[in-house]
Amino acid sequence: MIRHNPRLFALCLAVIAAVFGAQFVLAGYPVLALTRILILAVFAMGYNMAMGYAGMLSLGHALFFAAGMYAAGMASRYGAVGLPVAFGIGILGAAAVSLGIGLLALRTRTVSFMIVTLMFAQVGYLLTLQFADVTGGDQGLTLSERGFALGPVAVDMTSGAARYNVAAVVFSVVLLGLYALTQGPVGRLFAAVRENPERTRMLGYDVARIRLAAFVLSGTVAGTSGALYGLTFGFIGSSFAEFRTSIEALLYTLVGGPGTLLGPVLGTALMTVLIDRLGGLTAAYPIVVGALLIALTLWFPKGLLGTIRDRWLPWLK
Amino acid sequence: MAEVTLLETRGLTRRFGGLTAVDAVDFRLSRGEVRAIIGPNGAGKSTFVGLLSGLIAPGAGSIAFDGQDITRMPAHRRVRAGIAYTFQITNIYPAMTVLENAAIAAQSRLGTGSEAAIEAAARAALAAVGLSDLETRRAGDLAYGHQRLVEVAMGLALAPKLLILDEPTQGLSDAEIANFIAVIRRVAASATVLLIEHNMDVVMALAGRITVMENGRILAEGTPDQITRDPAVQAAYLGGAS
Ligand SMILES: Nc1ncnc2c1ncn2[C@@H]1O[C@H](COP(=O)(O)OP(=O)(O)OP(=O)(O)O)[C@@H](O)[C@H]1O
Ligand SMILES: [Mg+2]
Repeated sequence: MIRHNPRLFALCLAVIAAVFGAQFVLAGYPVLALTRILILAVFAMGYNMAMGYAGMLSLGHALFFAAGMYAAGMASRYGAVGLPVAFGIGILGAAAVSLGIGLLALRTRTVSFMIVTLMFAQVGYLLTLQFADVTGGDQGLTLSERGFALGPVAVDMTSGAARYNVAAVVFSVVLLGLYALTQGPVGRLFAAVRENPERTRMLGYDVARIRLAAFVLSGTVAGTSGALYGLTFGFIGSSFAEFRTSIEALLYTLVGGPGTLLGPVLGTALMTVLIDRLGGLTAAYPIVVGALLIALTLWFPKGLLGTIRDRWLPWLK
Repeated sequence: MAEVTLLETRGLTRRFGGLTAVDAVDFRLSRGEVRAIIGPNGAGKSTFVGLLSGLIAPGAGSIAFDGQDITRMPAHRRVRAGIAYTFQITNIYPAMTVLENAAIAAQSRLGTGSEAAIEAAARAALAAVGLSDLETRRAGDLAYGHQRLVEVAMGLALAPKLLILDEPTQGLSDAEIANFIAVIRRVAASATVLLIEHNMDVVMALAGRITVMENGRILAEGTPDQITRDPAVQAAYLGGAS
């Protein structure tokens, strides 16, 4: 039973099929909004690795999103490298930053950990402002490199359809990769550390190293999303490094269900659509979002999929 | 056959404030034996095995295990070196299934490479304690006696050289205790067992030798026969207990 989770795997494949199929069915639908959802879903999935699976509530994941975005964007802008290489540099940059921050922040737990991660992320945000002559600061930078060759195929990132499919490919790879990771021994180990660190240590595990591994994985996936965001839309800016970005990852994950593979995906889709709609209607939308969160914690304390898992579908994890 | 020392402590000491919970203990354990530690409440038994497992840091003294000095070795590495420890208060993963509990222990030994091998080892450990029928149940939903057996199964799944059990039969029914004795007899074929136990029937059924602790010191040590006849032991412990 623990070796595979065939129903969840089938559901992941169905989600991927729906993602690629959507562009043919939903003619005229805002492809841009869907592309954003796919990219931000990768961010939330990454966040969920630390927060949901390994039980480390970070308030600083904007830093890793921004690390990926800036490493990729600066490489593209100043490094004379193609988009795929810039993307790879973005992922590596986020991995390096999350390793450094993890080594420092994981000396703390719970509330102190939240504060420490938040403070590091604020430092990162201020650095992007401080070095505005290279980063573009809050004005941001537009990236001129807008296409790449995939073998014989030229991909034009100014095309909405190309952007959507690139995002869908990265989303699918991340989803399947995290499926493999979370539904086997590694996922079980993350859960063990979250549920009972003392017992886990007394079973022969170096709990600090497992936490660090989960944190770096989480930050790297978050940075993958940031790199993809910047390169896909050809723009990087300080606003992505703001506290608000960290809160969004937390919000998406909480709504969808921490510690469920697909929860953050659902949470991202619901909340971005909701915030976009509400934002168009009223400037007071944060109040509505807040009220919704309260309702959610009352009726779906473990998020939508987390609650469904606990009540009806134990395989939805 | 010459007795091979598996574990040896010298001058092992741990203080809590003004109280010396473990007081300069010299202790030797041979490979393959089943040893019981008995003694009144607060004698320092849990603290002593906590020092052996690395859960508690010693104030003074040394511990050698399987030919190497482990006094400063972190707890998780002692487990990898072959010392499995079960807590006096049941300590499992209540939200996970029984099989997952055993699998986490098994993969500590086997690595995360092969899920099939992990599952097989976890199943074998559960079968050894008679929990095969409850594999898919949430561990926290089990009866107390079964939860204790989950802990023992986790210890077995580590395939340890030394299995330390801190009051494993506390809170078990008579039938569960009989099953437990049978389980430990099978375990003893492949591992050395160090058992803290208040139930003298269990001690007499399992232990080849008994160590009696009092006030952080070893009061007496010997075969069950020698211990029951020891006047100092009778005065300090057995007299009061029965
Ligand atoms: N962490 C601690 N801090 C302070 N004192 C402690 C601590 N742990 C144990 N002690 C004290 O050390 C002494 C020995 O405790 P220990 O738990 O080792 O006894 P024990 O022999 O296992 O007793 P029991 O049979 O009740 O389990 C007791 O007086 C206890 O109160
Ligand atoms: Mg005790």
